[in-house]
Amino acid sequence: MTAVTDTTNGKSNEHHDHHGPAKGLMRWVLTTNHKDIGTMYLWFSFIMFLTGGAMAMVIRAELFQPGMQIVDPGFFNQMTTMHGLIMVFGAVMPAFVGLANWMIPLMIGAPDMALPRMNNWSFWILPFAAVMLVSTLFMEGGGPNFGWTFYAPLSTTYAPPSTTFFIFAIHMLGISSIMGAINIIATILNLRAPGMTMMKMPLFVWTWLITAYLLIAVMPVLAGAVTMMLMDIHFGTSFFNAGGGGDPVLFQHIFWFFGHPEVYIMILPSFGIVSAILPTFARKPLFGYTSMVYATASIAFLSFIVWAHHMFTVGIPLVGELFFMYATLLIAVPTGVKVFNWVTTMFRGAMTFETPMLFSIAFVVLFTIGGFSGLMLAIAPADFQYHDTYFVVAHFHYVLVPGAIFAIFAAVYYWLPKWTGHMYDETLGKTHFWMSFIGMNLTFFPMHFVGLAGMPRRIPDYALQFADFNMIASMGGFMFGTTQLLFLFIVIKCIRGGEKAKDESWEGAEGLEWSLPSPMPYHTFTTPPDVK
Amino acid sequence: MSGKYRPPRMLQVARFRYGSIFQISRSLLLWLRSSNVLISLTRLNFRKRLSTQKGVGQSFSWLLASLSGFLIPSRVFADWEVNMTEGVTAVSKSIYDLHMAIFIICVVIGIVVFGVMFYSILMHRKSRGVKPHPFHESTLVEILWTTIPFLILVGMAIPATKTLIDIYDTDEAEIDIKITGYQWKWQYEYLGEEVSFFSNLKTPSEQIYNIRSKDPNYLLEVDEPLVLPTGKKVRFLVTAADVIHSWWVPAFAVKRDAIPGFINEAWTKIDRPGIYRGQCAELCGKDHGFMPIVVDVRTPEDYATWLNEKKEAAAKERELTSKDWTMAELMERGKKTYERVCAACHQVNGAGMPPIFPALKGSKMAIEKDQIKAHIDIVVNGKKGTAMQAFAAQLSEVDIAAVITYERNAWGNNTGDLITPKQILEYKQTGQYLSNEEHKAADTESSGKSPVDSQTTVNKPTLNPHQAGL
Repeated sequence: MTAVTDTTNGKSNEHHDHHGPAKGLMRWVLTTNHKDIGTMYLWFSFIMFLTGGAMAMVIRAELFQPGMQIVDPGFFNQMTTMHGLIMVFGAVMPAFVGLANWMIPLMIGAPDMALPRMNNWSFWILPFAAVMLVSTLFMEGGGPNFGWTFYAPLSTTYAPPSTTFFIFAIHMLGISSIMGAINIIATILNLRAPGMTMMKMPLFVWTWLITAYLLIAVMPVLAGAVTMMLMDIHFGTSFFNAGGGGDPVLFQHIFWFFGHPEVYIMILPSFGIVSAILPTFARKPLFGYTSMVYATASIAFLSFIVWAHHMFTVGIPLVGELFFMYATLLIAVPTGVKVFNWVTTMFRGAMTFETPMLFSIAFVVLFTIGGFSGLMLAIAPADFQYHDTYFVVAHFHYVLVPGAIFAIFAAVYYWLPKWTGHMYDETLGKTHFWMSFIGMNLTFFPMHFVGLAGMPRRIPDYALQFADFNMIASMGGFMFGTTQLLFLFIVIKCIRGGEKAKDESWEGAEGLEWSLPSPMPYHTFTTPPDVK
Repeated sequence: MSGKYRPPRMLQVARFRYGSIFQISRSLLLWLRSSNVLISLTRLNFRKRLSTQKGVGQSFSWLLASLSGFLIPSRVFADWEVNMTEGVTAVSKSIYDLHMAIFIICVVIGIVVFGVMFYSILMHRKSRGVKPHPFHESTLVEILWTTIPFLILVGMAIPATKTLIDIYDTDEAEIDIKITGYQWKWQYEYLGEEVSFFSNLKTPSEQIYNIRSKDPNYLLEVDEPLVLPTGKKVRFLVTAADVIHSWWVPAFAVKRDAIPGFINEAWTKIDRPGIYRGQCAELCGKDHGFMPIVVDVRTPEDYATWLNEKKEAAAKERELTSKDWTMAELMERGKKTYERVCAACHQVNGAGMPPIFPALKGSKMAIEKDQIKAHIDIVVNGKKGTAMQAFAAQLSEVDIAAVITYERNAWGNNTGDLITPKQILEYKQTGQYLSNEEHKAADTESSGKSPVDSQTTVNKPTLNPHQAGL
């Protein structure tokens, strides 16, 4: 991905004084180029993915057998917490911002992001935030150990001293996300090429536009929550302390008002990616474009009024339970529309199954399975049995691993030829897919069973009847984890060389990005293209 | 939806169909487990283990047993519990029915959607020479697949609403039990009966750290279970003393968060006597995985007998406070109490886990004479803003005296200080601490009148502000 070279601009011959990328390290520190920044986002998120993944390996190793073998319970809690935080804030969200940086200007015919200097800053905050977050593990008393949902008072009165650093890291990550979102909205609303009306935009652009609004709406809420924690810890307030007139449940309401839209932030861009890839490899247009846009908007709206379905057991009143149950069930309708549209897009096409297509089909199947368990969890009475068990862990890993991660893999394989000018190794790509697919299912499918049988989540040791499924899950986890090193190898191999990619790298590909040369020139669309 | 079909039978069919697949993979796993590969590796002595005859022999016999498992279809899947329990209450059964109904709906939708999808994958592939049909819109289908799921959801929401209303009806309970979550144990108070006790994990740490083999109820056993009668509506008042916990017994389908400063209600009415096990379901710190719940459900007659015995035992315990204790007796009791209550944080060897759980070994508070009062205070009242709880209500005076005596004389803290239960009671009542010598002096002055009147010694647990997190 770093091999962007200064070739002649394919679309414009007016500005011959174009400079290419600067040389050396300062190119990356000072860059305002959306492609450079997108590349940095993607590499950063991959490093975070491996870091969070290594923590998952520790978790699965400890859970391989009953009994405490490798880590102590306190460190185990730090691992589950950091795994969640790093994967959400370090891996998935930056990866999507990276893809947005790379692709949105190309898809709408813009020369760059609308606010390039802010773009630079919103990336460069991230590594410092991540270092601060990870450094808490080496502080006295250890890192955050209260789960990625950091419920008070476990995260305030009873938290380790490093929590203050955790709070500032969250603040910085939030600032970065908000700036990224502002930039994306400004770009989409202002820099579309002539003729590129809103309803002609690729779905990836649409889903990111809606995601960006979600980000702007909820990241400040998260910032508020952690600031209240900071006040409770250091300045004697009692927002979340019943002894001072506060309420621990208030924390959960605020957190999930952020948290539920947050899970859609991690899935909506995937919807866009899959809606780009399926039509390409089915060689027919996306079925129901308009309904896709409306379904995405409905999901985004509903995501604001369902938060308390994470809290069915905290003792909210009956009317509240009913409202949140009904609202949650409603989400199944637009989500269902999306799945039906994707399946119909494949129906009566002429499909081929290259790696991006394989990941996209797996996305549809596995995300739907995650959607089914989500539907089950929405039934409030049944949630009294599901809540905080491994069934929930299975559910959200089914929507996040195939949902977000598989879609990101699909996107990388899909656009890698465009970025590097080389085709990746198809055999290795398919190997990566099948190993990931099998590993992922081995890891997370048995978790449905142990969860239903009564295994609570976030425990370092478990009763004997859960032993066999946990061993299977661990073996699947190790398989999924090690396979990702193969992905690293494939990407590096592709950057360094390989079969030359055509401008339109895939036979059925549609969209402005394919009208540009491969590899991509450093500056593109300095003169807006004409969109018919 | 949930009226006609019989879910258990359906499940049996599933087990019959997939039993052999389960058997094969299970046998493989059992063999892997029996060969002790991981345990050996983690203890870094696998070379030694592999070379012993016993290890190899054991593996071989397991292999044989597993191979026979391939051939003999088994109808028992004790280790392969794959579904939610039906439970032993009306609520748990209706939740199970809801669960199976929504599950079957999902399976049917899944078969239809994935059926179409895999049909396309098989038939509509370029390699078969098909041409794509570029249709991309149909308002009719869009309307259909919006309304049909909506109607299914409405059909699902109706029975769910009924069950939920039932769950929230906590009126007319015959027995009230207050459940308080602590890091990391449960307290049960039988309201109006003056019976109250703590329920701690019973599994010894030798089993957790793989020094001894694990019992069948590993991590799901407690020193003193909650005892309930069958056929009576029991109301639970759930709260916590420190962080949020969640009291969950799957067989009753009762899961309620225990929130410090607030009281949640739940109820149950149990059909069958038996032992039912559950666990804390909300992350509550280091030992979240080690605070199980065990409920011993008995017939109403047996329950009444148990309750009476419990009341008598509580009265006896109160009398112990006025007894004269020797150093050896206190040390023995103190060691037991320490390992049960304190060792989770301060560790068996008193080294603690600084900075959150300070060391007691060699600590100023546990060795210096002028710190005895502070030592008593921190055990009795806890330390606000830290994980150190108030033990005034959790432990009897005898236990508190024994623990403090033990902490001041164990692990080389050989101070020789002996703290008596009377002194603890006195401290609780007056906030004063008098050493034994001062006591003797005071006693001779007041012509041998004991400052402690055993009649007024009430060890009834009261909720003090520290405990309630207030």
